[in-house]
Amino acid sequence: MKTRILNLIKIALKAIVLNKMRTLLTMLGIIIGVASVIAMLAIGEGSKQSIRDEISSMGSNMINIRPGSDSRGGVRMNPNEMQSLKLEDYEALKKQAGLLSYVTPQVSGSGQAINGSNNWPTSIYGVNPEYLNIKIWELTDGSMFTNAEVRSAAKVAVVGQTVVENLFTTGEDPIGKMIRFNSIPFKIIGVLAEKGESNFGQDQDDVILAPYTTVQKRILAIDYIQSIVASAVSEEDAQSAVEEISAILREQHNIASNNDDDFNVFSMDELISTFSSTSEMLTVLLVAIASISLLIGGIGIMNIMYVSVKERTREIGLRMSVGAKGADILLQFLIEAVLISVTGGLIGVLLGFTVTFLIQGVLGWPTIITTYSVMVSFLVCAVTGIFFGWYPARKASALDPITALRYE
Amino acid sequence: MAKTTIKIDDLKRDFRMGDEIVHALRGVSLDIHEGEFVTVMGSSGSGKSTLLNILGCLDSPSSGSYEIDGVPVSSLDRNALATIRNEKIGFIFQSYNLLPRTTALENVELPLIYNNKISSEERRRRAVEALEMVGLGERLGHTPSQLSGGQQQRVAIARSLVNDPVIILADEATGNLDTKTSYEIMALFQELNRKGKTITFVTHEPDIAEFSGRTVVLKDGYIIKDDTNTNINDAARALTALPKEEEV
Repeated sequence: MKTRILNLIKIALKAIVLNKMRTLLTMLGIIIGVASVIAMLAIGEGSKQSIRDEISSMGSNMINIRPGSDSRGGVRMNPNEMQSLKLEDYEALKKQAGLLSYVTPQVSGSGQAINGSNNWPTSIYGVNPEYLNIKIWELTDGSMFTNAEVRSAAKVAVVGQTVVENLFTTGEDPIGKMIRFNSIPFKIIGVLAEKGESNFGQDQDDVILAPYTTVQKRILAIDYIQSIVASAVSEEDAQSAVEEISAILREQHNIASNNDDDFNVFSMDELISTFSSTSEMLTVLLVAIASISLLIGGIGIMNIMYVSVKERTREIGLRMSVGAKGADILLQFLIEAVLISVTGGLIGVLLGFTVTFLIQGVLGWPTIITTYSVMVSFLVCAVTGIFFGWYPARKASALDPITALRYE
Repeated sequence: MAKTTIKIDDLKRDFRMGDEIVHALRGVSLDIHEGEFVTVMGSSGSGKSTLLNILGCLDSPSSGSYEIDGVPVSSLDRNALATIRNEKIGFIFQSYNLLPRTTALENVELPLIYNNKISSEERRRRAVEALEMVGLGERLGHTPSQLSGGQQQRVAIARSLVNDPVIILADEATGNLDTKTSYEIMALFQELNRKGKTITFVTHEPDIAEFSGRTVVLKDGYIIKDDTNTNINDAARALTALPKEEEV
């Protein structure tokens, strides 16, 4: 048995080498099939991932709490002028809400920032240090203010790149410098990393962050808070977190069960669902394209395998006439098909990786090679190759040797 | 009397061609003994090729019995038939049927590859021996496209010899060759026969039949004549009697 298999492997190898062109063409079908599917799915997965990253970089689990409109007495009032959110609400959320990882009060005002002879109209946000975690913002320089500085209402600020560019035109280091905002002096202790425009066209770098206590007392002269910004522990928990917040705030505000909320809680739900439906569509599209290329690759493999076995029917007849058994023929062609398909598949995988890295390197597209794309494309091509090498060989080996010999 | 190599009795073979049934053999009985050189003659459609294919275990009879070297073949399955072809029969075709782009040596080795009892060294030794026997000892590494028709047929003959068969069956083995080359091939067959090989040779050329010791004539599926040839023509001598083209 061992010599028999060994002999058949030798015959198969010999046939592969003898028919270089045919082997090459068959392999080419498999190589291109496998490589294109791997590269395509890598591009698709890469762009999906980059969309997902962009969503989470926007703070996809962010939750906004604003005062709601109040219609008591029949007159509906502008929610922004309501003073229904208090620091106690923030403290209650901080203490009781289990689904929130970070929470900060927020007050904001706009005005003119001045440094020497430069001035720039911008907005100031009064927040606590957790704000950076909620927004997923980073600092390039200096540090964020501390909770101690919040408690003492220190006049310190962290500024965005746009503010730096407009107030420090000579390119000097802004850290430690004093600027004035609406004539209140602030010491710059940190600079935010550049973020560019938000998806809604807003310049996210045109901002000054300061302790909320400072903004409340020194700029706005208010004791309520305008909104509370929080982040849920995860994207999936955002909706439950919204419900939890509502329950806590209703209790805080002593709202009877038959009355409406006097606040609004917004999560990024809709945004998330829009983006996830987009990425889902992208996935469907990719799978469709990949299936089509696999199908076409498979048909190519089928064709060449089928024809190459058919045209060797006479050879099969001759081999049988000198004593090869049907099983010998079948095994020889099966070994040939396996060798060609597996080698082609492996080369295809290598080429797929190369093409993917080239795309990433030259075009700069994000790519991710997934295990399943490698497995599926390799398996489909290899199995097609093996099947269509085996099937016509099986038919030929079932012929009478004399019929096979006469085959034209 | 020498040992009976082939023994067939009332052999029939029908082919179905659409709605019609063609009776290629209508009851043929024949014994071939060890060491005989038999030619089977007949016009096309007489059933001579069908008979040879059945003798070569490439085809099965519709009815009748066939024994080769004492083994009843009619009852054997496909795999057992393959083994019989591999070990007991050497078959030579009109169109040589060599593997293209494969050396003479490898072509001759082919039957032995399917015999697991033979090691690769033994296989090579026997193939070289067979090629030397047919006068191609110098052309082991040539592929069919580098060989003339006569040389290709010699490779095919070597291939039929390599498994040391009990009978060599040749189907119009000289049909594609010119007279001179045909005679050379026949001289080779006669030489092999003198060395003890049993040969059955199908042809429709009467001059070829003169080189054999016995001629069986088939017509419409029956044997109509089975003569022993007392006046065997010597192919090597016939060759010298041919007009020498080179000198013309």
